[in-house]
Amino acid sequence: MSIRIYVPRDSSALALGAEPVAKAIAQEAQARGLDVTILRNGTRGMVWLEPLVEVETPLGRVGYGPVTTRDVVGLFDAGFLQGADHALHQGIVDEIDWMRAQQRITFARTGVIDPLSIADYRAHGGFDALVKALTMPSTQIVDEVSASGLRGRGGAGFPTGIKWCTAAQVQAEQKYIVCNADEGDSGTFADRMLMEGDPFALIEGMIIAGLAIGATKGFIYIRSEYPHACHVIERALRLAQRAGYLGERIMGSAQSFSIEMRMGAGAYICGEETSLLESLEGKRGQVRAKPPLPAIAGLFGKPTIINNVLTLATVPWIITHGAAAYAHLGSGRSRGTQPFQIAGNVKRGGLMELPFGVSLREIIETYGSGTASGRPLRAVQVGGPLGAYFPAHLLETPLDYESMSAAGGLLGHGGIVLFDDSVDLARQARFAMEFCAIESCGKCTPCRIGSTRGVELIDKISANQEREGNVTVLKDLCETMTEASLCALGGLTPLPVMSALTHFPEDFAPPATAGLAAQ
Amino acid sequence: MNMSMSMAEESFDRARAGELIAAKAGLDGALLPILHDLQKAFDHVPDAALPLIAEALNLSLADVRGVVSFYHDFKREPSGRHVLKICRAESCQAMGVEALVTHLAKAHQLTLGDTSKDGALTIEAVYCLGHCACSPAALFDNEPIGRLSPAMLDELVLQAGETSA
Ligand SMILES: Cc1cc2nc3c(=O)[nH]c(=O)nc-3n(C[C@H](O)[C@H](O)[C@H](O)COP(=O)(O)O)c2cc1C
Ligand code: SF4
Ligand code: FES
Repeated sequence: MSIRIYVPRDSSALALGAEPVAKAIAQEAQARGLDVTILRNGTRGMVWLEPLVEVETPLGRVGYGPVTTRDVVGLFDAGFLQGADHALHQGIVDEIDWMRAQQRITFARTGVIDPLSIADYRAHGGFDALVKALTMPSTQIVDEVSASGLRGRGGAGFPTGIKWCTAAQVQAEQKYIVCNADEGDSGTFADRMLMEGDPFALIEGMIIAGLAIGATKGFIYIRSEYPHACHVIERALRLAQRAGYLGERIMGSAQSFSIEMRMGAGAYICGEETSLLESLEGKRGQVRAKPPLPAIAGLFGKPTIINNVLTLATVPWIITHGAAAYAHLGSGRSRGTQPFQIAGNVKRGGLMELPFGVSLREIIETYGSGTASGRPLRAVQVGGPLGAYFPAHLLETPLDYESMSAAGGLLGHGGIVLFDDSVDLARQARFAMEFCAIESCGKCTPCRIGSTRGVELIDKISANQEREGNVTVLKDLCETMTEASLCALGGLTPLPVMSALTHFPEDFAPPATAGLAAQ
Repeated sequence: MNMSMSMAEESFDRARAGELIAAKAGLDGALLPILHDLQKAFDHVPDAALPLIAEALNLSLADVRGVVSFYHDFKREPSGRHVLKICRAESCQAMGVEALVTHLAKAHQLTLGDTSKDGALTIEAVYCLGHCACSPAALFDNEPIGRLSPAMLDELVLQAGETSA
C-alpha cells in the first residue's frame, strides 16, 4: 500500500525550501522502488520546523523537520517511512508541545488536509455547517453568530452578530458579502495560512453569511503580496463551483451564491473597510466617511458585510458545534479563540490558536522560546504597525481586547513581533510615522501632513535639536492625529510612537557623549 | 531610461491591450482587474492604454490616471528582467533587513526602487509578505524567500544577471 507523505505547500514552507524537498523525496522513493503518495498540505503553523515533512503511520502522522534536500537520503536510510527515529524526528505531530495545548477551531484543518480536495474537506467536517444552515431560518443563523460572541478578527473586534443583524434587516435587491483578505499588518499571516491551507472554510463561511443576510454575491479581496494565496483561492472557487457549492441552487437548494476573487494593488490602506470597497469599485482606495455604515450602504451603495478571513472561516464551526461551545472559551468579553502569530526576532516563529486571555509572556516563552539572536528581549509590538511597543514589565498582560486596550495597546489581528536589545525605539517610532506617510490615503490633514511632520520631529529629537520642545510638539501632534483623523491609520499611528516614547524614553535621549558635551 | 521608455511605447500592442480591456470590461468594478492584466502583459501600465480604458469603462482619463497613480503595484515603465521585493516592515526589521539593504548598496550598488544598469534586476521595498515567522523575507519573481541573508542576496543578484526572465 502506498505510504502517504505530506510536504507543505504553504508559502512560508516554500520560502524555506519545501518545493525541492518534495521533489527530492519523490525522486528518492522512485529510485528505491517505493510506493509513496506525496500530498501537499498547508502548514501546521510551526514555521520554525518548516519544511515539516509528515509520514502517515498506524500510530498517527510522524513529523520530521526542518528538512533540507540534503537530509532526504538519510531519512529514507533511517526508515522515516515507518516513522523511525532520526535527528529531525519530531514524533507524532499532534503531540508536539507546540500543538498539544492549542485549541484549534478556526485552524482545525489547516496543515492537516489537502487544501484543494473537497473530499478531504468533507471528511473533516467541511460543509456540514452549510448543510445545516440551508435548513435554518436566516434569523437563526444571525442569532447563532451573535450568541457565540464572535468578534471581528480584522483588528477592530466589532461584534459580528450585530453587523450581520444590521445588514439582514435592510431591504435591498442586492446585498454583498466582502471578505477582507488584505492582511497588511507586519507580524501577521493567519489569513494567508488559512487561505492556503483550508480555503473551503472561508468559502463556506461566506456562503453562510450570504444565507444569513440574503446576499447572493461575494468578493474576496486579497492583497497582491500574497500570490500563492490568490492562486489557491482561485482554484478552490472553481472546484466549489464545479461541485455545486457555489453558483445557482447550491447543494440542490433554492439558494444561490457566487464569489469572485479580486486582487489588491499594494496599498495598506485598502485593508480599511471603506477604502477596500472603493478599491473593489475600481477607484482610488480612499477612506469613506461613516455613516453610512457599509452594512446599510456599502459596495456599489448596497448593504454589505465586510469581514476578515478568520471571522468568516470561524462561522462554520460555530454553526456546526453551536454558539455555546464557542462562547464557552475565552475571557471577559473576548469569546472564543484567537489565532496568535509570533514573529520578528523569535526562536520559534509561527501560529498558535488559543482561547483569549493567555498572557503575552506565555506565548513568548512557551511558544516563541525567546529571541532568535539569543540576546535579551527588549520590546514587543503587538497588533501590527498601529500597535503599541510593550516593555518587559508589561508582558503579563492577558491577550484579549479589553486587557490590551487597558494596557495602552491593541490586539489587532493577533500579531506579536519580538525585538532584542539591539532595537532602537526612536527608530521604530520614526518608522511608524514614515509608514503612515507612505500609506496615507491623503484624505485628511492630520494623517497626511502630520505623519511627515512626525518623521521630521523624531529626526530632530534624535539629533538633539531643541529636544524638550520637540518632544512636546510630538506629543501634541500625536494627540491631534488621534483625535482628528478620519480612520485608524492616522488615528492609531500615535500608539506605536507614544508607547515607544513612554516605555523607552532612553532611546530618545541625547547620546551620552552629546549629553556630556552640553554640560 | 529614455531608451527603454521609447522602446516600450513602440512595442505597445494596441490590439492586445484592447483585447485585455474588453475581456474584463463587463465586470463590476472592472478597473483594477484590467490594470492588473495590463501590468502583467506589458510589465507596466502603458500610458497609451489609459484612453482605451477610459473609453471602455466610460470614465474620464483623469479618473483612470488617478487610480493608476494611487496603487504601488501599477508601474509607469517596465521593471528589470527580474524583480526582487524585499520586505521592510517591522518583523523583518527585527531580523536585520536594514543591514541587507546596506549590503545591496555596498556590494552591488543597488538601491531600493532602482534597476541594475544591465536591466537584469529591479529591487523594490514592500511592507510585509506574510512570512514574518521566517524574517527577513523577500519575493524573487513572485517566489517567496525566508531568512534572507547577505550570501543569499549575492546569489540572487548573480542569478538575475545570468538568466533572462
Ligand atoms: C488602516 C487599516 C487597515 C486595516 N487592515 C485590515 C486588514 O488588512 N484586514 C482586515 O481584516 N481588517 C483590516 N482593517 C479593519 C477593517 O477596517 C474592518 O474593521 C474589518 O475588515 C472588519 O471585519 P471584521 O469585523 O471581521 O474584523 C483595517 C483597518 C484600518 C483602519
Ligand atoms: S487617517 Fe489617513 S488613511 Fe485614514 S482617512 Fe485620513 S488620510 Fe486617509
Ligand atoms: S514583516 Fe516582513 S514578511 Fe511580514
